[in-house]
Amino acid sequence: MDNLIQISYFIAAFLFIFGLKRMSSPVTARDGIVWAGVGMLVATLITFFYPGMENYLLMTAAIFVGGVAAFWSGKKVAMTDMPQMIALYNGMGGGAAAAIAAVELLQDDFHSQTFLTLAVLGALIGSMSFSGSLIAFAKLQGWLRRPLRFPGQQIFNIILFLFAAGFGALLITQGEISGTTIMIFFAAALAYGVMMALPIGGADMPVVISLFNALTGLAVAFEGFVLNNAAMIIAGTVVGSAGTLLTQLMARAMNRSISNVLFSSFGASGTTETDSVEGSMKPIDAVDAGVMMAFAERVIIIPGYGMAVAQAQHKIQELMTMLLARGVDVKFAIHPVAGRMPGHMNVLLAEANVPYERLYDLDEINPAFPQTDVALVIGANDVVNPMARTNPDSPIYGMPILNADQAKNVIVIKRGQGKGFSGVENALFYGDNTRMLYGDGQAMVGELIEAVKAL
Amino acid sequence: MIEGMTALYIFMLAAITGYEIIGRVPVILHTPLMSGSNFVHGIVLVGAMVAMGHAHAPLELVIGFIGVALAAGNAVGGYVVTERMLQMFKRSKGSN
Repeated sequence: MDNLIQISYFIAAFLFIFGLKRMSSPVTARDGIVWAGVGMLVATLITFFYPGMENYLLMTAAIFVGGVAAFWSGKKVAMTDMPQMIALYNGMGGGAAAAIAAVELLQDDFHSQTFLTLAVLGALIGSMSFSGSLIAFAKLQGWLRRPLRFPGQQIFNIILFLFAAGFGALLITQGEISGTTIMIFFAAALAYGVMMALPIGGADMPVVISLFNALTGLAVAFEGFVLNNAAMIIAGTVVGSAGTLLTQLMARAMNRSISNVLFSSFGASGTTETDSVEGSMKPIDAVDAGVMMAFAERVIIIPGYGMAVAQAQHKIQELMTMLLARGVDVKFAIHPVAGRMPGHMNVLLAEANVPYERLYDLDEINPAFPQTDVALVIGANDVVNPMARTNPDSPIYGMPILNADQAKNVIVIKRGQGKGFSGVENALFYGDNTRMLYGDGQAMVGELIEAVKAL
Repeated sequence: MIEGMTALYIFMLAAITGYEIIGRVPVILHTPLMSGSNFVHGIVLVGAMVAMGHAHAPLELVIGFIGVALAAGNAVGGYVVTERMLQMFKRSKGSN
């Protein structure tokens, strides 16, 4: 039996790597998840035959409870809310890793100091990932609106982390592990995860979720060592390193380092004096904007998180179809960090049947803006802010942006006059060639469609 | 079983594997891939089951139960969400 279990874990580990590899190409991505799913199923089923196991009834109940809740929520959630669901499920994984460590620590049955150290490390990372991911979920869900910042926050967080790590060290070095020490250790680790995620603004959340994803992977790998489980070690480590690279790619797309995302109070300091913008915002109504687009030769649509919030992707697709029928060349400009995750916009537009080949990334589309008649910005803000090019004092200076301001006309669909997620004033909105179309994204695109239809 | 240096070798090779898989991925797949890797660490379910299966004291059992439930959520939720996301790449198959 033991051999069969080990072979099953081996197969599972292979299927995970194979599945992830398939997922890294658009053509094979869909069966990739199925392969990985088969691996998970094999590993889970064979674990029921693990030697010396008890509590089968309760265990099955737990799988049922967690599985059904996740299945139901995962099926029900709107495509636009995917990022926070990933954060939530990721947090659950971290929590599970921490729970494994807690059970092992309570049993205090470690074969060596190394195992004990790995268990504690996994617990620390897993707990951080658990509570931090929950905060990320709450932020993206809109339950926590403002980033919480206070003076001396960095110092406080460092002390809190050292406190958690200190109690972790105490657990490792103490011969006898006491319940109180375990409790304080977990409480401190959980608190650190919360405090770490709280000051980070919503615009940076994709990077943070990706980081927590990598951390959970690492925690799973560490607990895998403790349980002597090869499938956990390999899957956890693969996710840990893949997630770290993914986090770096995302941070690089925003021209920032990971430490900059985590430890700088972005947009919190008094940059307002330096970004006074010349000019005023000039409104336009939907009929005029629709006419402008209908008679344009080239239109570039720039979607952002606002499109996701307004669920406007289907209307956008309709607008695209109508403009194409009139002979207008319509392209989509996708900024790497538009939305709440890289590829967020692509997924939403794909859902709305906008063909792949109309989506262009930053480097492909930027040279096309000067020849473009209308750039339609819907719910994007920081990624089209020309101050990233022009104003060295701006907090977003140096971030690669879509040069929408170079288009002949710019129409910005926006709910109100507020600032973007980063809290930075946007010079694009004040440009001479920019007109503001105020209103809900979906409703406004609907009106644009009506306007084009009426012609 | 897995000990000392062997464990270290596994760790290193798995880390390189993960790095290589992500290396040349188009931006459009970043979100599905993050979601997919999120599903893969749902393997923690196996560990949670083993930990719960060997729990005796009531407190251990309660924590074990929570662990298994959370891990099952990670695995199932991760799968459903990733699958739904990847469904959207269906039509691109022919046109690309």
